[in-house]
Amino acid sequence: MENDVLQLGNRRFTNRLFTGTGKFANNALIPQMLEGSGSQMITVALRRVDLAAQEENILNYIPKSVTLLPNTSGARTAQEAVRIARIAREAGCGEFIKIEVITDSKYLMPDNYETLKATELLAKEGFVVLPYVLPDLTLAKRLEDAGAAAVMPLGAPIGSNRGLETAALIALLIETRRVPVIVDAGIGRPSQAAAAMEMGADAVLVNTAIATAQDPVAMGRAFALAVQAGRMAYLAELAEQSSLARASSPLTGFLGGD
Amino acid sequence: MSFFNVIEQYKDFDFDGFFERVTAGEIESILAKKKLEPLDFLRLLSPRAASFLEPMARKAQQLTVQYFGRTIQLFIPLYISNYCGNQCAYCGFNRAHAIGRAKLSLEEIEAEAQAIRSTGMRHVLLLTGEAPEITPMAYIESGVRLLKQYFASVAIEMFPMEEEAYRRLKAAGVDGLTLYQETYDQKIYGEVHLAGPKRDYRFRLDAPERGARAGFRAINIGPLIGLGEKRREVFFAGLHARYLDDRYLATEVGLSLPRFNPAEGDFQPPCPATDREFVQYLLALRLFMPRAALTVSTRERAQFRDRLMALGVTRLSAGSCTGVGGYARPGLRNAPQFEIADTRSVAQVAQAVSAQGYQPIYKDWDHLA
Repeated sequence: MENDVLQLGNRRFTNRLFTGTGKFANNALIPQMLEGSGSQMITVALRRVDLAAQEENILNYIPKSVTLLPNTSGARTAQEAVRIARIAREAGCGEFIKIEVITDSKYLMPDNYETLKATELLAKEGFVVLPYVLPDLTLAKRLEDAGAAAVMPLGAPIGSNRGLETAALIALLIETRRVPVIVDAGIGRPSQAAAAMEMGADAVLVNTAIATAQDPVAMGRAFALAVQAGRMAYLAELAEQSSLARASSPLTGFLGGD
Repeated sequence: MSFFNVIEQYKDFDFDGFFERVTAGEIESILAKKKLEPLDFLRLLSPRAASFLEPMARKAQQLTVQYFGRTIQLFIPLYISNYCGNQCAYCGFNRAHAIGRAKLSLEEIEAEAQAIRSTGMRHVLLLTGEAPEITPMAYIESGVRLLKQYFASVAIEMFPMEEEAYRRLKAAGVDGLTLYQETYDQKIYGEVHLAGPKRDYRFRLDAPERGARAGFRAINIGPLIGLGEKRREVFFAGLHARYLDDRYLATEVGLSLPRFNPAEGDFQPPCPATDREFVQYLLALRLFMPRAALTVSTRERAQFRDRLMALGVTRLSAGSCTGVGGYARPGLRNAPQFEIADTRSVAQVAQAVSAQGYQPIYKDWDHLA
C-alpha cells in the first residue's frame, strides 16, 4: 500500500480521499478535518473566495502541504469556466482546476458538452484539468483525448447523499480508463466511498457528507479509512486476478492439451 | 402559459373544506415522502399541521443542511431613490405620503457602496421606487455598473419590467431579481394598490418569469404576509416557485415571506401572521421546495431571526437601512420603506450566525459576463 501512489499532474497522492471546503459551519474546521482525514487535495469554489479580503479568506485555512483544487462552480458555459480557471491561476491557486459547468439549478447536473469544450481549452493552457461529468463512456474518451488529467463522474446528484446510483456507468469508465477515474458527488456514507474504491475508482471526492456531519473531523477520518479499505480490497482482488492471468491453467492444466 | 393559469385552476377550490378534512395521518405520511405534490404542501399549511411543527422543523433542518450546508448567505439592501408613482396602501414610499423624497446621484451611490463595502458585505440588493421620469432605465443601469465595481453580486428589487429591460440590466451586471407579488388575490391586489402602474396584477405576476427568460441567475418571489388570506398566499407563492423551477432549469428560485411591519401611514394589515404561523409556513415551503433559497429580512426581530437559521432559512439581510442614502450618512433620517426590527450591524449579525453554528457567507458569486 505504501507504494500505491496516485499521480495527477506533477503531484503524487498517497491518500485517495479528496475533500471540499463548502458547507462547513466554520472554516476553522477545515484544517482539522484535513489533518484528521489526511486528505491531500481539497476543492474550493472560486466564487466563494474573496480575493480582496485578507482576514476571512477561505484559502488561509488550507495548509500549504495540501493541493488546492479550485473549481468553477457557478460557470454556465465553457467560456465562463475558462475565465474562472484563469482567475484562479492568476490568484496563485496553482495549476489544478476542477471544471464544473452546471446549467441546471434544479438537479445540478453537469453540462458534459460545455465541460468538454472547457477541458480542451484549459488542457492546452497547461492546467491539470479534472472535469466533473455525468458518467458517459464516449465523453470520457473525448476528455482523455482532450488532455484531461482525470475524469470525475458523479455517483448521484451533488449533495444528495444517495451513493453510487450511476455505478454501472462508472464501471465502464473504470474498465476502459487511460486516466484516473475519481468519483465525485453523491457519496453520503463511508460505506459508499469504500464501494467506489472496491470497484476500482482511483479516488473519491467527498464534501457534503463530511462538512454537514455533526462531527466533520471524525467523519473525515471515517471516510479516509473507508477509502483506504476499499482501495486495499481492490488491490487484493487485482493481485488475485493477475495471478489468474499469469498461470496459464492452474486448475484445469492437468487435463492436458486438447 | 402563465402562472396565472395555475391560479385559475384553484378558482373554485374549497380551501376551508379541504383544511377541515386534513388528518394527522396524512401529515405523518407527507413527512415521510421525498417529493411533495401541491396538495401535500397545502396540507402542511393547514391548521391540523400546526401540531406537527417539531417534526416538520426536524425535516426542514435536515434538508436545508444537506443542500446548503451549515451556511447563511448575507446581503444588504441599497435604496437609491424613494420617488414613486404608485399608491400602495401599506408602503412608506406611497406617492400620497408627504415624505422627503430623495434620489442619489452616482457620486452618492458610490459613497453608499464604499460604506457598505467596508462592512465586508459583497452581495447587494438594489431598490428604487417606480418613477421612470426621475429614475429612468439609464440611471438604473449606470448605478448597476458602478456597484459592480464594489460587489460580487448585484440583485434588484424594483417595479416589474419587460423582458428586454431585464436583458439590459443583466448586461449591466444584475444577476438576481427579487419581486414580491404582495398578494396573489387579485381582488385584494386591486384594493390595496390604489393608483399607479402597479395596479396591473398580471404584469407583476408574470415578471419573475420574464426575468427567468432574460437569464437572471436567481429569482426571489413571495407574498407580503398580511394582505390576503395567509395560507392561500403562501400556497400560491410555493406553486409559483415550483412553476418557475420546473420551467427554467438555469434559474435558482428562492422565496421570502416578508411580514407586515409599520411604515408611514399606519396601514393595518387585515391578515397578520403570528410567529408560530410564520414558522409553519416557512417549514412547509422548505419541505415543498428543498433546494429553494429562503430569505428573511430585517423586518423580523433579531432574536426571532437567529432562531430561524435552524429552520430552513438560508439568506439574511444585515445592517440594513431602508431609507435613501443612510449608509454613507448614518445620521440622515428620511422616511424608510418599512421599519427595521433587527437593527444589528453586519458584524453583529455575522457573529450571531456563527453563534448558531452556521458560517456567514459574504461572497458566493462572481459576475462573469
